[in-house]
Amino acid sequence: MGFINGITLLLIYQLVGEASVLLLDIPVPGPVVGMLLLFTTLLLRGGGGEQLESTATLLLNNLSLLFIPAGVGMLVHLDLIAAEWLPILLTLILSTLITLSATAAILWLTNRMLTRRS
Amino acid sequence: MADNQLAAIWVYLSASPLLGLTVTLLAYGIAYRLYMHFNANPLLNPVATSVAMLICLLLITDTPYQAYFEGGQFVHFLLGPATVALAVPLYKQWAKLKKLWLPLTITLLCGVVIGALSSVGLARLLHAGLQTQLSLAPKSVTAPVAMGISEKIGGLPSLTAVFVVATGILGAVLGNKIFALMRINDDSIRGFAMGITAHGIGTARAFQISPEMGAFSGLAMALSTFTTAFILPWLLGLLGFF
Repeated sequence: MGFINGITLLLIYQLVGEASVLLLDIPVPGPVVGMLLLFTTLLLRGGGGEQLESTATLLLNNLSLLFIPAGVGMLVHLDLIAAEWLPILLTLILSTLITLSATAAILWLTNRMLTRRS
Repeated sequence: MADNQLAAIWVYLSASPLLGLTVTLLAYGIAYRLYMHFNANPLLNPVATSVAMLICLLLITDTPYQAYFEGGQFVHFLLGPATVALAVPLYKQWAKLKKLWLPLTITLLCGVVIGALSSVGLARLLHAGLQTQLSLAPKSVTAPVAMGISEKIGGLPSLTAVFVVATGILGAVLGNKIFALMRINDDSIRGFAMGITAHGIGTARAFQISPEMGAFSGLAMALSTFTTAFILPWLLGLLGFF
């Protein structure tokens, strides 16, 4: 029963998230809004209980699996990608390297500067 | 006669969701065992190997993606509740989050701009077509949002989805190598950088390393989703893309 209760709660928050995105016309996906709503609830209530926690852990431990069907979608664009594969590949690799290292460096620096001051 | 029967069974099965769902789980099971067998070598990222296996399978059996997705959608659907579930580990990091809010905000804004500009700029420098450049711009945010942004700025949403998954895999594969080279071993910093760059796939990888890295990656993913959705169209407009 624990898993059913947990997943029901998550789906309710997702549903409320989807509905508010539609009603308020915000350009972000419903589940992201649902996540922020659940986070707020957890802060207000001081935790979510064992059932929610075990369901969340189960889903998040297998998060990789959930991206596979979208990834297989590459099949539809094989021709387009083949035509421009080199600039695409270089852009993806270099931009990922730049973003990873720049964000890590900025957070490390700002964190050090601000903690030193206080 | 036997051939005919086999063909009939195949026609029936390939049209039902059962086959697509089963091969997705099987591919992941094989990919995950392979990954574990080689001591979690990031080059054998389970998303990448599963996707490669499934694409080969679909090409060999001449199955269209739509037929596969009839079954794949059940797994795909769980992305929604899994995104909501990110609130749980995030809540556990609340104390640390409160302490770090200012550096996190600064990093978030810089990271979103750097991610978008570096991809559009590099693609332009390397003479990719305009549509490819624009489709690459939102590649660091989670697929459904990236596709929405791509449509808004004149990219090709389904192509963007491919770039999003590729970026996630690259981030998951390269992340820890880069952080080790930079001698950054604070899991909150590593997680936040991972989430801004490589959204959910990076977050999945981060959870394998530690719950703290996963929580910060999930937070970065959620925040950068919001920030990118609002900033990117405006930023590209400023640069004269449309």
